[in-house]
Amino acid sequence: MISGKNASAFGKSLKALGLSLASFLAIAAAPAFAQDAAAGSYTPMKPTEGVGMPVPEGIGLQDQYSPTGIYGAWIHNDVLLPIITAITLLVLALLIVVMVRYNRRANPVASKTSHNTVIEVIWTLVPVLILIGIAVPSIDLIAKQYKPAPKGALTIKVTGNQWFWTYGYPDNGDFEVVSNMLNVPGQPVINNGVREVGSEPWDGPSHLEVDNRMVVPAGEPIRLQVTASDVIHSFAVPSLWFKLDAVPGRINEKVLMIDKPGVYYGQCSELCGAKHGYMPIAVEALPRDKYDAWVLTHPGGVIDNPNASAGNQTDYLPGEQPAGAAPAADASAAAAEAE
Amino acid sequence: MATTAEHFQAHAEDHHHDHKPGFFARWFMSTNHKDIGTMYLIFAIVAGIIGGAVSGIMRLELAEPGIQYLQYISPLVGDDPSNFNATLHLWNVLITAHGLIMVFFMVMPAIIGGFGNWFVPIMIGAPDMAFPRMNNISFWLTVAGFCSLMASAFVPGGTGMGAGTGWTVYAPLSTTGSPGPAVDFGIFALHLAGAGSIMGAINFITTIFNMRAPGMTMHKMPLFVWSVLVTAFLLLLSLPVLAAAITMLLTDRNFGTTFFDPSGGGDPILYQHLFWFFGHPEVYIMILPGFGIISQIISTFSKKPVFGYLGMAYAMVAIGVVGFIVWAHHMYATGLSVDTKMYFTAATMVIAVPTGIKIFSWIATMWGGSIEFKSPMVWAIGFIFLFTVGGVTGVVLANGGVDDVLHDTYYVVAHFHYVLSLGAVTALFAGFYYWFPKMSGRMHSEFLAHLHFAVFFVGVNMIFFPMHFLGLQGMPRRYPDYAEAYHYWNQFATHGYEIMAVSILIWLVNIVYAFTAGKKAEDNYWGEGATTLEWTLSSPPPFHQFETLPVIEEAAHH
Repeated sequence: MISGKNASAFGKSLKALGLSLASFLAIAAAPAFAQDAAAGSYTPMKPTEGVGMPVPEGIGLQDQYSPTGIYGAWIHNDVLLPIITAITLLVLALLIVVMVRYNRRANPVASKTSHNTVIEVIWTLVPVLILIGIAVPSIDLIAKQYKPAPKGALTIKVTGNQWFWTYGYPDNGDFEVVSNMLNVPGQPVINNGVREVGSEPWDGPSHLEVDNRMVVPAGEPIRLQVTASDVIHSFAVPSLWFKLDAVPGRINEKVLMIDKPGVYYGQCSELCGAKHGYMPIAVEALPRDKYDAWVLTHPGGVIDNPNASAGNQTDYLPGEQPAGAAPAADASAAAAEAE
Repeated sequence: MATTAEHFQAHAEDHHHDHKPGFFARWFMSTNHKDIGTMYLIFAIVAGIIGGAVSGIMRLELAEPGIQYLQYISPLVGDDPSNFNATLHLWNVLITAHGLIMVFFMVMPAIIGGFGNWFVPIMIGAPDMAFPRMNNISFWLTVAGFCSLMASAFVPGGTGMGAGTGWTVYAPLSTTGSPGPAVDFGIFALHLAGAGSIMGAINFITTIFNMRAPGMTMHKMPLFVWSVLVTAFLLLLSLPVLAAAITMLLTDRNFGTTFFDPSGGGDPILYQHLFWFFGHPEVYIMILPGFGIISQIISTFSKKPVFGYLGMAYAMVAIGVVGFIVWAHHMYATGLSVDTKMYFTAATMVIAVPTGIKIFSWIATMWGGSIEFKSPMVWAIGFIFLFTVGGVTGVVLANGGVDDVLHDTYYVVAHFHYVLSLGAVTALFAGFYYWFPKMSGRMHSEFLAHLHFAVFFVGVNMIFFPMHFLGLQGMPRRYPDYAEAYHYWNQFATHGYEIMAVSILIWLVNIVYAFTAGKKAEDNYWGEGATTLEWTLSSPPPFHQFETLPVIEEAAHH
């Protein structure tokens, strides 16, 4: 728990240290309990090569596994990319034309034209129209991304710390998972007491795999509440089109919806100090029954009741402010309390 | 622009009026805009080489996954190489130093302090800047700021030596997250450089408003002067906000205030709002004078007046104005409300319109021209293309919804280096080759200048184009180490850096060549297309020009 020790050097983290140490002990004790718990069993999932992670020599977006991700990737790949490529090629073509047609040899006497109102109006209005065309799906994407979670959706609390993540499960008995990056063979130890990547059959890529993944149910909206205990971090998973800053004193909230089971990797995306590069995120999405079994491997783990909200998925919008974040003032107060 | 040029030529020959002070008085107590401009340029070259060397260390480290080199560099600043956290902290110090040096001590001093000082007074027909002594203070404050920034690397900054906060200095990493004096030194550096820039801005605004030669109306001013005027207003209005923000950081760090600390009722996001209210105009501060330089060059070598002069001037004004109301597009991931994200998405995309006007007007200026491919023109055409690439990725990033996957990745790094490293810096080199013989009196080698361009163009595109791929694949910025999947393009980019570094050597060789073997430069060595007032003076211009003000004729064109 070197990382827990480091956290204690900063801010109001004495309490956080206690918390994370306690949860570390809880996790360490988990295997013993797993034998006893009636339905509790869990073996980490082996990630699929190229799914939820970057691919070697890749040049495009990672494949997307969430509804907003699929929509967002469509906007990027099929709307923005063709438009910007066309504009760049148009400018390049015009430059080549003027260089060929209007160089000193081809055109010894320069014209003195310096105004043409029609063409100036055209090259002002056409970009305006293109931008409006981009803005329509783009604004729609923002609206979809920030649809609040339905009532009764599973809540998971994500906390960024220097330099590890903790995942709290308030709806499942309020246990906490501490997630550290696995050490890389041949490199200085990043996290004391944590094993090396590749020592278990289910380990994913180095620099991305962690000792305890953030396990979530697939196929249902999850309310992620993101905060931090020391400095600003950012919880980001590219293949799920998810990035939300973890800000101390604030709780940022957004829906995470993963279409199918799998392991999806991400990395801290806001500079947070020395080991900023060594606090990856691994989200393991499981079918509901396997998720419940995983929950029961934790002491005090209880299965939440997702059906409480099952009928409401379409009528949660009216009356609710579709805010990307909890309003600042209340949230900071609440978070300060919570921490 | 037709002028009564012969008169000044006669004057320039009039050597008993051209008395220069002794060495110390001339260079350390200077009140001469050309000498101060020269000092700014030399300073910017020195700072740029340091900042470029820092990025060389970064690219070297990033060539392979894992940490290979940082532990050998860290003892140089006083870190214990066996302390891995200190080694990693050094990485953050490097990225911070690279950003701050290149923004505050390379691009800004070169483009505003250097070319602005040299050519704004001459282009408007003024004998000097309005406040020559303040001009000198501006310069030396910038130097003092640079020294403070350099010093910060050698004092404790938390987990290791130096300020490892990123150039954005976000709280609370820069407050509770960075004990030790390093960040205070960094903040002091920004205070000094900022004060220098504010004084410079006041000086430019006063000079341009009050010291134009008879007949030089606002709408006859060369576009470079317009660009510096708009830039000066951006500086004047944005830098005080930065000064306030970093002063609040300073008191949070040292005097127990909690502006940015939630445990005392403050808010870390407030800092980001203040920083980017400065930070976004800042990116236009860096690029607008480049726009001005490019306009002069395109017009000169096409032998045509700038197409759509008024549109060009007011496009810059529009970019400046809109630049103040788009800042939160740097903060899409912080948890802004949905409506805020929608507004900033729309407002940000608006900037593409005046920028497009500029790109198309440059091409229209060339259209119908009789283009001579002298080195400044080649650099300027390169600028138009590279800036377009950087501009269109800006349209992608403007979308708050798409930013969820691209924010703080290498895509952003690619974008801002295309507009700054490949935009502003390309404009700087274009301006350098355009005006170097005028400033020094010696011609550079056109062959080496073209070679410099070709090698630079290949190198920078190899560095920065693959960064789009890395960003789309999700590689976060400010990482010293990465997963194996990111290896290929990182290694590719490092090879690009090697090529770019060679181009810088070619440039330095060219400078040495000019001073040792370069031909003496004529007054107007670019010929008929060069019509602004600096071409009516000798090369280099007399120590004091325009002792009798030039008169700009009624029929003059831009």
